[in-house]
Amino acid sequence: MSDQAITGRHPGPDGGNPGGRRLAIEAAGLRKRFGDHLAVDGLDLEVPEGTVLALIGPNGSGKTTTVRILSTLLAPDAGRAAVAGHDVGREPDAVRAAIGVTGQFSAIDRLLTGRENLALMADLNHLGRAAGRERAVELLERFELAGAADRQVITYSGGMRRRLDLAMTLMGRPRIVFLDEPTTGLDPRSRRVLWQIVRELVAGGVTILLTTQYLEEADRLADRVALIDHGALVAAGTPAELKARLPAGRIQLRFAEEDSLAAAAAVFDGAARADDGLSLTLAAEGTVAGLRDVLDRLEGHDLPVAGLSMSEPDLDEVFFALTGDDRPTGRGTADLEKAR
Amino acid sequence: MTRTSHVLSDSATMARRDLRHAVRFPMITISGLLTPVIMLLLFDGVFGHALRAGLLSTLGGASYVSYLAPGILVMAAAGVAEATAINLNTDMGEGIIARLRTMAIWRPSVLVGQVTGSLLRTMLTGAAVLAVALGLGFATHATALAWLAAAGLFALLGLALSWLAVAFGLLAKTPAGANSLALIPLFLPFVSSAFVPPAAMPAGVRAFAAHQPFTPIIDALRGLLTGGPVGSSAIAAVAWCIGIALAGYLWAIALYNRPPAAAG
Repeated sequence: MSDQAITGRHPGPDGGNPGGRRLAIEAAGLRKRFGDHLAVDGLDLEVPEGTVLALIGPNGSGKTTTVRILSTLLAPDAGRAAVAGHDVGREPDAVRAAIGVTGQFSAIDRLLTGRENLALMADLNHLGRAAGRERAVELLERFELAGAADRQVITYSGGMRRRLDLAMTLMGRPRIVFLDEPTTGLDPRSRRVLWQIVRELVAGGVTILLTTQYLEEADRLADRVALIDHGALVAAGTPAELKARLPAGRIQLRFAEEDSLAAAAAVFDGAARADDGLSLTLAAEGTVAGLRDVLDRLEGHDLPVAGLSMSEPDLDEVFFALTGDDRPTGRGTADLEKAR
Repeated sequence: MTRTSHVLSDSATMARRDLRHAVRFPMITISGLLTPVIMLLLFDGVFGHALRAGLLSTLGGASYVSYLAPGILVMAAAGVAEATAINLNTDMGEGIIARLRTMAIWRPSVLVGQVTGSLLRTMLTGAAVLAVALGLGFATHATALAWLAAAGLFALLGLALSWLAVAFGLLAKTPAGANSLALIPLFLPFVSSAFVPPAAMPAGVRAFAAHQPFTPIIDALRGLLTGGPVGSSAIAAVAWCIGIALAGYLWAIALYNRPPAAAG
């Protein structure tokens, strides 16, 4: 099945011009308070059409509240938001006609079968009987649910439910898709299917705002990343830009013997031994000059190196550096709790 | 922008969903059907003899079941509404409802679907109660037109109680809370003309029983079903039903549209 079958393609007028794309999602000064808890605190967002924005932040940072405001579920206390060119507060139906939402908790009817759930969405999207049925079959296959189509959803695994959830979201071919922690607690296979579909959607011109606690996911899928904490933007940019804000990348040296490793460790202050016992990790600038400096010192001390590799900082490090926070975000206990 | 063009199709879609649930989990319908039938058998078979003896002046030659059945019908409608309130409250906790709120559908269709299902269950339950009552000797001289009018009034009552139940279901935070609220219309008929005429009650209770909505509704149903006099009770019954239906509808819509609670 082609990308087109899933996405239906919605090329915007500026589709071929990444510099001058229209904004699919636009928010300025969003604020939302629950009691004495300020969930969203003056948030600004811009998502050009056909791009993916990843909203990253720890639990309770305001990601879900933001998605709920942008998807017309919640009115902000202050600020302005437009989705698909329509004001979220004044034209909610026009916004709803353009969006699809897959929330954190599966938005499916557990008492119906997978096929019936999709039929419900087809009917509410007014697709017509034959077209709706056909598209349901298409989506069931694409999401690897064809075999379970006529089983009640209550018997589905977590991963199957999440896939059905996204399939239901895509039934009406939304131009803008909100994915609130779409892969939290998912098995690797379901995660891969989801990532692949996100890529296909984007290829078809769909705009995606996804929230995640997995920095790797943002790194892989997003054109731009917005880090939020306590409801406010901490940093925004492409994954590469954010990584560049950290002073150093890393250079890893591999040695054939313990002796040379020990000698090298004496030369490079602050180098960390890796778990395998034969590698050193140096914090170093990922520039030619930085690399040359390392090579010069290796040669000057006559250290035999078995291998060398360079890596950029990952988003986990960026996140900790920018929030000054050591709360677990990526693979910590918070996720384990959520996954249950 | 309201999508009036989708009023009917979205409501029909949501009603189909409710029916599919009912078919898949028939216990709710069956227990809603059995309870009033048992009540009918209980009040007629166990208390009927004593009650009839005390009500000779009112009943004349009629059997007690002829007096009792309209009241049980009303309680059956209230019983179905109770299940609807619990159903709706449970449903609102489901993720699917959050999804429906983000879709460009006719918003009340989510509630209309449940009311439609509730109304169908009410009519089904009413028919079963009436069938058992006829078996127990319910005496009727009603014309076809009167039967039709009775069915119409009963449907109107079902509509009113269903909307009220939807509002209860939205108001309560838990299914148990929804159940408690729905017990009000279920127990109110005890202090009405359902089992004994208000005239046979002590003064204070009598005033309440004579003026509460279920009394004219039951009196009108009784008149229509037995073929007896209806009098002014019919107008009062219709007015009460329309009033409750309208109030329940507006209340439910307002509750459905209120901003949802905080989320993480």
